[in-house]
Amino acid sequence: MSPSLNDTILIWTLRGFAVIAGAIALLIVVFLILEALPVLRQVGLWRFFTDASWNPAEELYNLTPMLWGTLLAMAGSVLIATPLGVLSAVFCQYYAPPRISSLYRRLIELLAGIPSVVYGFWGLVVLVPLIGRLHPPGTSLLAGIAILTIMILPTIALTADASFAKVPPDYLRGAAALGLSRWATVRGVVFPAAKSGLFTGLILETGRAIGETMAILMVCGNVVQTPKSLFDPMRTLTANIALEMAYATGNHRSALFVSGLVLMGIIVALVAAAEVLKPSA
Amino acid sequence: MSESSFSTASNRQFSTWLVWAIALFVTTIFLWILSDIIWHGARQLNWEFLTTAPRSAGRKGGIAPIIVSTALILGVCMAVSVPVGVGTAVLLAEFTDTENQFGRLVRRSLDVLAGVPSIVFGLFGNAFFCKTLGLGFSILSGGLTLACMVLPILIRSTEEGFRAVPSHYRLSAAALGISRTTTLWQLLLPAAVPGLVVGLVLGVGRAIAETAALIFTSGYVDRMPESLLDSGRALSIHIFDLSMNVSGGDANAYASALVLLVLLLLINGTAAWMAEHWLHRRITPS
Amino acid sequence: MENRRSLILAFVGLTAGWGLQACTKPPQAATSTNQLQGKLVLTGSSTVAPLASEIGKRFEAEHRGVRVDVQSGGSSRGITDARKELANIGMVSRSLKADEKDLQAFTIARDGVSIILHQDNPVQSLTDQQVVEIYTGKIKNWKEVKGKDAPITVVNKAEGRSTLELFIHYFKLKNSDIKAQVVIGDNEQGIKTVAGNPNSIGYVSIGTAEHDASNGVPIKLLPVSGIAATTENVQNGKFPISRPLNLVTKTTPQGLDKAFIEFARSPQVQDIVKEQNFVPLSQ
Repeated sequence: MSPSLNDTILIWTLRGFAVIAGAIALLIVVFLILEALPVLRQVGLWRFFTDASWNPAEELYNLTPMLWGTLLAMAGSVLIATPLGVLSAVFCQYYAPPRISSLYRRLIELLAGIPSVVYGFWGLVVLVPLIGRLHPPGTSLLAGIAILTIMILPTIALTADASFAKVPPDYLRGAAALGLSRWATVRGVVFPAAKSGLFTGLILETGRAIGETMAILMVCGNVVQTPKSLFDPMRTLTANIALEMAYATGNHRSALFVSGLVLMGIIVALVAAAEVLKPSA
Repeated sequence: MSESSFSTASNRQFSTWLVWAIALFVTTIFLWILSDIIWHGARQLNWEFLTTAPRSAGRKGGIAPIIVSTALILGVCMAVSVPVGVGTAVLLAEFTDTENQFGRLVRRSLDVLAGVPSIVFGLFGNAFFCKTLGLGFSILSGGLTLACMVLPILIRSTEEGFRAVPSHYRLSAAALGISRTTTLWQLLLPAAVPGLVVGLVLGVGRAIAETAALIFTSGYVDRMPESLLDSGRALSIHIFDLSMNVSGGDANAYASALVLLVLLLLINGTAAWMAEHWLHRRITPS
Repeated sequence: MENRRSLILAFVGLTAGWGLQACTKPPQAATSTNQLQGKLVLTGSSTVAPLASEIGKRFEAEHRGVRVDVQSGGSSRGITDARKELANIGMVSRSLKADEKDLQAFTIARDGVSIILHQDNPVQSLTDQQVVEIYTGKIKNWKEVKGKDAPITVVNKAEGRSTLELFIHYFKLKNSDIKAQVVIGDNEQGIKTVAGNPNSIGYVSIGTAEHDASNGVPIKLLPVSGIAATTENVQNGKFPISRPLNLVTKTTPQGLDKAFIEFARSPQVQDIVKEQNFVPLSQ
């Protein structure tokens, strides 16, 4: 196929766009590094994991408890939201009558757009007192996981739904011809065929879970400690930045950017792991 | 074949029961939240609320300037992210092999971008768009920052959309001697629209729900914006201020949340309708 | 196709029309013949932001060529932006510290900080010593201060907040000594946390708490050293924990800055200050 002028222009335009898209993450990392340098030069990275506690006013910068908070909240919510979301999509595509299915889909699309503050507000006013009655204080890792699950569920549900819709109808007809039940078809035929879409949804929802700030800020208690039970209040790295950035100067401010870098580190590690584990297309 | 474990009657009943139960559970939780918003917010909702400016720090009056600011921010976000996003997705899906270095770099970079916390986007947007590019607190800064946030979602979903287009479309087009550009515009893009629409819906949902990123970029000013370089308060920030910072602002916070949801319904509905009738051309599969 | 296109155009047209209609301000009665022009940018404390924003609107109504833009971001931002002249005026919700004396502060209102409990908590007052012991974790159960037999949920503010600094300054504590179960950011978050937990104790701005309590939120304000926590007592100076809300500038304000600061301190805006639940300066 001879490359026409049109095609060449197109390809270079597209490459330009891709470069822009790819460069943003790089810019952000550079920005974080620049802002974090002052305290890193003065205090060094090691102290961010070994100091006595997180108390920047007294020059103590241990991030580990908050790191645990972030990781636990993320893991908990992804573990719960993924099956719920995927099965919701299965419901939408294969079990529900068409009218209910489109209503359900609208509902989930709506939920993808509710602001994190509204989720946080609801969590603070409804969920936290509920949990508090079980075990004070109510603001806890559990509340965080619950709210995060609700927030990331639309992402995985909608992505899964879209990828199920793309499974070639021949596959389904073939399965029906073989006499497979609905569930067997879903489990044995649809899931493998939709692998790559499901994986996309997983990545997107994990990203959201790590990056969520406002809602977590309102329901997790924000106490800097490694949570030892589901009912312990804890603080995530993101909530920490949001809470203290407004009032931080000098080394404190730089230290907050270091925690931002640590977050980026986690994400890069997860992306690398995903690269290794990724199902081949 | 272990068919028996797949298709016993009780197994079938259990799986059906499980799926319906989950759908019901999810629906209940969401209806709980939605009904809370509707219950508390519907009382304040009237024409005056939608067309006047806020008074007394938002406790009284309406949210007209805020709706306009939000619409403008969303507009900027979509105007920037859709071309860049779809373009990148097309490149990744159609013009690069899976082993291509450039393509892999861009993909990894986008995965990382998908995980960046909203507050880091806010700080970055503030430093890059507001200060380095000199846009200051403005709707433009806010929209551009949101575009950065939304790109990974848009690109990923659109790419999936392209992957789902059967390969014989491309082969047939090549056999007919159609240029790649034409193939793209006339055949592939229309066929990949479902993926694009999902990406758009998720992206708009994310953008409209964003708070932390906008506080530092499009700002706090609740006046009616007169240009894209004016600072404008977005709905999500207004809701945040009313519920967390201003005493007695709860009622209007709920009402604003309700308006936001209606706006979202409209946008999603329009996107889906456009996909159905205008852009998606179903070519008979062979 | 034609039908759809015209439909879309109609929709866009309607939206634009609605937008423009909402844009049109009702004609203002000509008040002042002041020739002030220009844009004023204020950044800083999120506590002062709503107040400054409302004062700004009234200022704009009296001086048609002026725009007052208020951004939040925290008291520290107010200080840094005023210093670097990134903003015309900084908003700070406390008095200036020793190392901030290169700036000039102009108080526009006062605010008090009070301890709040849930309405259903039988405890009516606490001595300063008891508060200290509760916050440092030495007293863990309400029954030790003649309340119910229930563990105390201590609500503290995030580090760096002006309310926190006022609190620890008065009770002579260090933030690292405080053992809290919940840490909050803004005042309303604190109020909602205490309202949702009958066994909690927290401290917030008096004006905000007073307003919410009188509007049915289930909290109550505790007296400090026997003095009731009311905005009245903050105004007449009796209440011991209070802070000024300040506008700060780097150099002596001139022109537009000066006019605005004077306006913000004048009796003309006392009603706005009261409406935002702060204490106006006693003239």
